[in-house]
Amino acid sequence: MNGNYLIEVKGLSKIYNGGKIVALDNVTTGIEKGEVVVVIGPSGSGKSTLLRSLNRLEDPDGGEIVFEGTNILSKKTDINKMREKMGMVFQQFNLFPHMTVLKNMTIAPMKLLKMSKEEAEKNAMNLLERVGLSDRAGAYPSQLSGGQKQRVAIVRALMMNPDVMLFDEPTSALDPEMVGEVLDVMKSLAKEGMTMVVVTHEMGFAREVADRVIFMADGAIEEEGTPDEIFTNPKGERTKQFLQSIL
Amino acid sequence: MDWFNNWIDKLHETFIEGDRYMTLLEGFGETLKITFGALLIGIVIGTFVAIVKVLCEGNKKLKIFDVLCNIYLTVIRGTPVVVQLLIMFFIVFVSAEDGTMVATLTFGINSGAYVAETIRSGILAIDKGQTEAGRSLGFSAGKTMWLIVLPQAFKNILPAIGNEMIALLKETSVAGYVAVVDLTKAGNQIRNTTYDQFNPIICVALVYLTVVLIMTRLLNMLERRLRKSER
Repeated sequence: MNGNYLIEVKGLSKIYNGGKIVALDNVTTGIEKGEVVVVIGPSGSGKSTLLRSLNRLEDPDGGEIVFEGTNILSKKTDINKMREKMGMVFQQFNLFPHMTVLKNMTIAPMKLLKMSKEEAEKNAMNLLERVGLSDRAGAYPSQLSGGQKQRVAIVRALMMNPDVMLFDEPTSALDPEMVGEVLDVMKSLAKEGMTMVVVTHEMGFAREVADRVIFMADGAIEEEGTPDEIFTNPKGERTKQFLQSIL
Repeated sequence: MDWFNNWIDKLHETFIEGDRYMTLLEGFGETLKITFGALLIGIVIGTFVAIVKVLCEGNKKLKIFDVLCNIYLTVIRGTPVVVQLLIMFFIVFVSAEDGTMVATLTFGINSGAYVAETIRSGILAIDKGQTEAGRSLGFSAGKTMWLIVLPQAFKNILPAIGNEMIALLKETSVAGYVAVVDLTKAGNQIRNTTYDQFNPIICVALVYLTVVLIMTRLLNMLERRLRKSER
């Protein structure tokens, strides 16, 4: 870590229900360019809230998130422009059911980046080829398996050529036999140097791919470090307990 | 078979003599014009109001628009359409010569209030994840609504819109209150000139029924086609 962050999170807090639930409690961390950060923790620990705050799908109540030099929590920031540079993949895929796979992928670059239809479709076909789905370009999302849907969701986000990819439990809604194909796509993305923040329960993936693992509990970062540090030599009692309960 | 021949004679006397069937046809034309015109206006107003209400929900700065929409909905749904028609014809457009235009506008504004609620519930039924996916790609709230949420909502509420069209067709039968000769009014005029109380009314009823049946049929076909894309 050299303090030169792509995304810097400073003192982030989020409160629900008028103060009854503290979802994020003064979280401070940073994500470097090219880094793969995996966030783990028990449910309700605030890991999804943290991830969703990074592109302001959740509005934090305090703190700062600086992305490429801009505080995205500032009212003056054009959040839509910022989000173009931050791809997001959801647990429930959230493909647009009324559009074909190709249209799902091309609509954002065509409407937002004013890319021509030809160029957008060419890019889309290249990406589909990479994830082994070029024969599904004309299909509707309901005709795809869960694993296929999630792969399309990943390449849909990549179409905007983002600087960072946010993954919110991307394999949690998948049948076990489809988890591998999605993780493979994510691994190859990581190898290409994509900056990634991943909330997941896939400890194998975290061990293999992560540069850094963040363990969260009760809305705060309990412990962070390399996969080795976290999985082999966890320091905190909470971390130990959590790892014991899932491994 | 005497009564049958008498009835045929009576029909001839009521509708064919003096080309009175033309009055009916013209009235039918007016009814269709008002219905489709009003439906179009209703959908435009309804979509607009629904979007405003959904986007302004929980936004303090835009609260005034939400309040305006609520006033519109309350007034329109709280007064009978005949009264609205009278207000439009005798108070708002005092010197209007084109009764059909005033009637179309009135029924359109009226229909908009009901369509708005339908569309709003259609929008709210679309999974929140769709909006989040749109926003996460960089689309504004408005564009996400227009490109991603509304097309899905419309598909879901199509049957309700069809029912609104059918209701509207029947509702326009009170257009005769202001100087419009629609299908119902045409029937009445024939009744008054011929003193035949039976046939004109039954004929008018059959025309309404036929159109409703045709509309229902077309709607079912359209719905089936739209569903196909999701399979």
